[in-house]
Formats: sequence, structure tokens, C-alpha cells
Amino acid sequence: MTTIQEAAPREPAGVRREALYFAVRNGKLMAGFGIVLVLLLLGLFGPLLFAGVPNDYGTRPMSPPSGEHWFGTTTFGQDVFLQFVHGLRSTFVVGVIGGGIAAVIGMFVGFVAGYRGGIVDEVLNMLTNVILVIPTLAVLLIINAYLGIRSVAVQGLFIGLTQWPWAARAIRAQTFSLRTREFVDLARMSGSGTGKIIAKEIAPNMSSYLFMTFILLFGGSVLIASSLDFIGLGPTEGVSLGLMLQNANQWSALQLGMWWWFVPPGAAITAIVGALYVANVGLDEVFNPKLRET
Amino acid sequence: MSLQVSELRVYYRTLKGDVRALDGMTFELRDGEILGLVGESGCGKSTLGKSLIRMDGRMRRVGGTVTLDGHELPIDDDRRMNDYRFREVSLIPQYAMSALNPTRKIRRMVTELLRSRGTALDTAELERRMDQVGLPREVLDRYPIELSGGMKQRMVMVISTLLDPSLLIADEVTSALDVSTQKAVARALLGFRDSGYVKSMIFVTHDLALTHHIADTIMVMYAGKLAEKAPADVIVKAPRHPYTRLLLESLPEVGVRYTERRLEGIAGSPPSLLDPPAGCRFRDRCPIAGEECAQEPPVAELAPDHHVACWKA
Amino acid sequence: MLRLDDVTKEFRIGAFGGKSVAAVRGVSFEVVPGEVVSLIGESGSGKSTIGRMILGLNPVTSGSITFDGLPVRAGKEYYRRVQGIFQDPFSSFNPVFKADRVFTMIKEAYYPSVPGPEWAAKVEESLRDVRLNPGQVLGKYPHQLSGGQLQRLLIARALLLDIKLLVADEITSMLDASTRIDVLNLLAELKVRGLSVLYITHDLSLGTYLAERTVVLRRGSVAEMGPTERVFGDPLHPYTRELLSAVPRLHETWDDAVPVETCLYHLKGGTGGLAEADPGHFVACAQLETC
Repeated sequence: MTTIQEAAPREPAGVRREALYFAVRNGKLMAGFGIVLVLLLLGLFGPLLFAGVPNDYGTRPMSPPSGEHWFGTTTFGQDVFLQFVHGLRSTFVVGVIGGGIAAVIGMFVGFVAGYRGGIVDEVLNMLTNVILVIPTLAVLLIINAYLGIRSVAVQGLFIGLTQWPWAARAIRAQTFSLRTREFVDLARMSGSGTGKIIAKEIAPNMSSYLFMTFILLFGGSVLIASSLDFIGLGPTEGVSLGLMLQNANQWSALQLGMWWWFVPPGAAITAIVGALYVANVGLDEVFNPKLRET
Repeated sequence: MSLQVSELRVYYRTLKGDVRALDGMTFELRDGEILGLVGESGCGKSTLGKSLIRMDGRMRRVGGTVTLDGHELPIDDDRRMNDYRFREVSLIPQYAMSALNPTRKIRRMVTELLRSRGTALDTAELERRMDQVGLPREVLDRYPIELSGGMKQRMVMVISTLLDPSLLIADEVTSALDVSTQKAVARALLGFRDSGYVKSMIFVTHDLALTHHIADTIMVMYAGKLAEKAPADVIVKAPRHPYTRLLLESLPEVGVRYTERRLEGIAGSPPSLLDPPAGCRFRDRCPIAGEECAQEPPVAELAPDHHVACWKA
Repeated sequence: MLRLDDVTKEFRIGAFGGKSVAAVRGVSFEVVPGEVVSLIGESGSGKSTIGRMILGLNPVTSGSITFDGLPVRAGKEYYRRVQGIFQDPFSSFNPVFKADRVFTMIKEAYYPSVPGPEWAAKVEESLRDVRLNPGQVLGKYPHQLSGGQLQRLLIARALLLDIKLLVADEITSMLDASTRIDVLNLLAELKVRGLSVLYITHDLSLGTYLAERTVVLRRGSVAEMGPTERVFGDPLHPYTRELLSAVPRLHETWDDAVPVETCLYHLKGGTGGLAEADPGHFVACAQLETC
């Protein structure tokens, strides 16, 4: 019995170790993940380290960055840095929940529809198209009005539930072209079932594509969240990067030259999505043996 | 002399360095001659075909000249080459199916194509040529999708030779076709030459047996270089280069049975053209290789029109 | 051993499968142990569809395919005895994994209890059987290997199992002339081990080289079948004759006229279906649609 345990996991571990070997040597991947990690840590630990309530009105409104207020203050004297670290946290939460849920549903629907084909595909496709044409904002508005949900997590959940259709369509198309490849037949003739084939043959072929999908869904969720915030459907208690941008816009920060109000949240959103994209290019090189620069 | 290629070197640029796809090719093509160009994948035969009409972005002429009917072809100048394409040099691509615009009926497509070359369509001539390859005239009023593979291939043949080019390059035109269609297409190609629609032709293929039925001369390439060039019958019946011999011995023919006569392939694989070894490039796979093969063998004319690049031939 | 009885396959096309086209129509033949049978047909003859149905990759519309008397049931047990290899070696391997993963998958599914070193020895032995140097092919990615090497790897993979039948679908059509004959020789050697091979091809010369028996398909049904030397030595069906005359041969010139003589079907006593012209040599009516 010991031999089974010895022999079985050897190969997967080898594959993983090899992927890790190329991953840590890939500059793009490391740089991308590095930036995201720094911002994530700031969002996670910032609110704990810097005491204060982000929306409290201060005594020195409209002041530029200084030793006391690192990122300056708003028209109402709120500390922009405090808002920024709290905003980062809720932005990550919305992005991860919204992007994560949408990616999971999209992958499930896309893989099953693309791999099974036939009537399963047609039914799932119809469902996808129905969700796709529903005006998301209107539905969120109605749901919000009835349920009155004001937490960041639930906002992410609703975004996730309405964001998945285009991801499902894209994954379905990819799966569709991969399932006719002969290695899928070969896997079937090696005794693999549908689930195993999808997980071990088809998904690894599009791993960087799947990650890309998640990044785009993440970015999309962040942007939708900020527009919801803008029309008053966001979390009333708390801050988000989107809300900061909208506030800055609303109070004419640009015209008043208060760049410190909108640059940090704008730069952070750009940095997160951009860094994830760079990381994805790196990931492609790690997963695709043909692209590895040896 | 219709076509003269001398010392042509064309390299592919890649991240890892230059791939020497054509490394000093010299040969001639007479008026009315059909040259069969055979070799394994990666031997440079398609590169040669492309070099004569259109180089792609990664290809680079390193040296050598191509002369057609006394004019030197500016093969690495895409724009100047345009004056020669279709009129002087024409190509039948491997996948005729994708060469036809799917949204146009054939007649309209041909008219537009000729107009872009500043010529009006001579319908009578077009129909006569279609008759010759056995295409019904209704084909002109159909969309490409309504034609079978063989019909499309023949239609492309007619179109690409409408302006009576001096040189026609047929790149693997039969490899995607069934045997019976293949025969019709091959016959049509011969007919074009006999009717003088094209002066000379280069028929690129990996099928030695098929080439033998079409070509007057067969040129065997190996790893970017000429291995042997001789009249078709000579190549098949009395090859001198060991590669040609082994290649012929590895071809199963209808009637040859494993139990009666076991054929053997050629052991090994062609060298990488990224950094090819010095000397004869077939040396590693050659059963009769000797000391002198460490030097590159020159192309020698052993008999009239029989060129071989081998020390041992 | 393998038996096809009146097998028909229709593919549904159009939205919600409104229309259907028949790819295979009433095909029956048999493969006995230790025999190489070649299935010859042009594009659209249904030859690959038959191969896929035998492998359980496509269901049969009507008729039956049985293996050792039992109907084909795609699953681990069936694939232990019946395996397939396909045309394109590069698409038969998952490009993101190393090529030798095909062996690992066999081990995980069929031999989980074999100790690692013993398995490695078994893999090396079967690589040697297909004339591959283990050091040259193990641990490489598919794009680092040649088409011929990849197809041999797949034969080696099949040999790891206790197979009785190998379905080889155009496995040499993407290989170079100098290497494809070696892969064919490997198939012929499998016979010595008591294996049967169904060799599917469009190339008559390759088919005749290997097979004891030949089945010629035309538009989804059998035109002629029988011992290879009978089918190609004395072809009865006009289609077989046409195919034979169209094949380019090195030492002969193309016959000019295709000799389409009177249909031999009725002369040989055929009355619908296949007529047995001489022992084991069957021919179909050429004018089935008209006369």
C-alpha cells in the first residue's frame, strides 16, 4: 500500500514544481503580483494601523498632502489617505466577490455547454443570452429598493450574479474548439470521465485565458461598484475607491486643482487591473511551454 | 531559359537566430518545362516557391539572384514585385478553398481581380479555359461554398493563369484532394502547359510518384539545398544521390505487401536549419557516408541535365 | 472478434437537430484476431466515423457493433482491450503537458498499484518495442518531438494496455515519406503479438502494403471487400477500378481510359446488398440507385 502513496502523487508534484520554477523566474509575473500584493496588504492592514474614521469631517479642508495628512484632505476636511486605505479594502472585496462568483458561474456554464454540446448547450446558451440582455443596472436598482442591502459583500454578490454571461460565452467558444482536439478523445480512451477531462485536459489549456477572464471580471466589478455607488446604491456606510472618485468629481476636485483627491484612487484602480494584466502575460509564459524563454 | 536561380539564399528570422531555409540554390528552368520539386517537410521547397513570388515578413534574402525571361526579379521588394505577380509569375496556393472570397460570386470576383490589374475580362477566353479543365460554365454564377474541393482548386488554377504568366508555381495543390480529383487536377495542369497558358511551371509536392506523372524534370531538395536534379524518368529509374534512392525505396506502391517485401524508411531526421552542421547535410543519415563528406559536396553535372550534390555519386 | 452489423450513422445538423445526414449506411464487416484490415475511402466516405464508432467515441444510430460478442460500451474495461490512434500527432497530445503524460494517465487509470520503478521499466520496454530511445523522448514537450516520434509514442501507449484491437485512423498521413513506412512496419509487427489492426486510410498503396483484408468504402457504404490481393488484383466494382487507376505509380503511366465495364454484380448473382463474387470477396451493386 505504501507504494501507491509513493508513486501516485509523484508526477503532479513534478508538474507543479516545474511551474513554480518558471513562475519565480518570470519578471512580468513577479512584478504584477508584487504590485497587487502591496496594494492588497495596504488595504488589509492599513485600516488597522491608521486609526480614525475615514468619513469624519476634519478641521483643515482642501489642504494638499502634508506630514499630517499624507494624501491631503477633501473639501470637507476628510483625510484622503484614510479614505484610500479603507477604499482599497472594499474595492478588493467587491472585486474578489463579484469577479469570483461571475468567474465560477461563467466557467461552469461555459465548460458544460461547450463540452456537452447538443441540447444542454442550447438550453444553457438561452439562459446566458437572457441574463445578457437584462439591463443589469435596472435589476440591481429594483433589488436594492426592495431588499435595501447596503453591505459591500452583498453588492459584490449581485454584481457577480449578473456579470457572468459574457465570460460563459467566451469560455464556451474556447471549450468548443478544444473538445474536438484529439487529445480529448485520447483522454476518454484512458478512462477519464467528463469532469476529469474538463479539469485536467481542457482547463489547463486555457488557464491564462481563465485568469484573464477573472481579471476582467474583477476590473468590471470594481467599475460597476463605483457606478452603483454614484447613483446611491452603494454601501452607505464605508468608502470605496469608486466612491472617492465620484465624490471628487461631484465636488469639482479637478477644476479646483485638488489632484490629491482623485489621483490616488484612480491610480490604484489602474494599478490593480494593469498589474493583474501584466501578471497574466507572465502566467501565459509559465503555463505554455512553447512561450517559455529558456 | 525561362527561369534562372543562382546561389539563392533565403533565411527566416526567428528569436533564436536565422533559419537557413534556402542555402545556395542554383538551377534553371527551360521554356515549356515542368519542374517537380520534392522533399520532406522543412527541406525548403515551400520557401523556394514563396521566394519566387511573395516573401513573407520573416523571410530575408541573404544572397543570390532570380532571373525570369532576362529580367532580374526584385524578390525582396514587395511593391516592385507586384508588377510581376499574376502577369509574369503566378501562384496556385495549397488551400484554394481559402483563396476564394466567400462573399462574391465567381464571375464578379474574377472581374474585380482583373480590373485591379488593369485588364478587362475576356469571357470567351475564360469559358474556353474552364471547358478545358472540365468546369461547367454555371460555376461562374455560384458562390465558392457551392463548389467541391476539386472544382475550387481548378477554378483557382484557371484564374491564376488568366494573364498567361511565364512561370506558374503550384504549391502542394493536390495534397488536400482525393486520388480521383488529384488526377483531374494534375491533368489540367499539364493541359495549361501544352496550350501555352503558362511557359513553365514549378510543381511543389511531397509526393514523388505523382510528380513523376507531371514533371519533365524532378528536383529533390534536402535541408535547404539541392540534392539531385534530373529528368523525371532518370530520377525514378537511375537516381544517383543516396537520399533519392532511399526515398524511392521507402515508397509503398499498390501491390507491394509487407509480407513479401518489407520496405524501410530512412533512419534519423533532417538537421536543424538553425545552425546546420558543416559538410554534407545528409551525412548523419547516409549509409555510405565517408571521410570526404565532412566537406560540403558541390553540385556536379554527372550526365547532361543530371545534377547531383554528393561525393559518392 | 470485432463485428459490425448493418451499422448506420446519421448526424443531426441545423438548429435543434432538424435535419440529418447519413454518414455511414448499412456497413457490415468483421475483424478476426491477429488480422490487419484496411478501411479505404476518400473524404466523406465515412471511414473515420466508423473508426470513432468502434472506439465508442460516437454512438451508433442503428445496427450494432460488438466486440467479443458484447456491444461496445465506452469505458475503462473496453479501452483496456481496444485503443485508437488518430491522424494529427500534434493535436493528439495536450500541448501544455509533457508528451510522456499519456503513459502516466494509463498508469493512473489502469495500473495504480504497480510500483514506480517497475512501471518505468515497463514504459521503457514498450518504447523500445516501437524503436524509440527513451532518453530522447521522455520528459519532452510535444512540440519538441517529431510527428513520427509522437505517433510511435501513441503506439507504445496502446501496447502498455492488454489490447486486442488497435484502430489506426490515417496515422501516417501527416508524416514524411521517409518515416511513415517505419510506423507502418510497426503496425504490421503488432500482428505477431496476436493483435488486430483496423487501418483506416485514403491511400491505397499504404492500405495494400499492410492488410490481409481490405474494405473499400464509398459514400458511407461498402463498395467492395475481401482479401487484399483479390480486391486489388481483380477489382470488381467500378469504383475500386477507378481508384486504382487514379493512384499515381512510379513505374507505370496513368491509364488513359478508366475501364468501366458492365456491372459484374448481377453476373455474380447479387440481388441486393453485397454479392459474394468468390470466397470472401464481396461486391456491391454499382447502380444500386438506378437499376
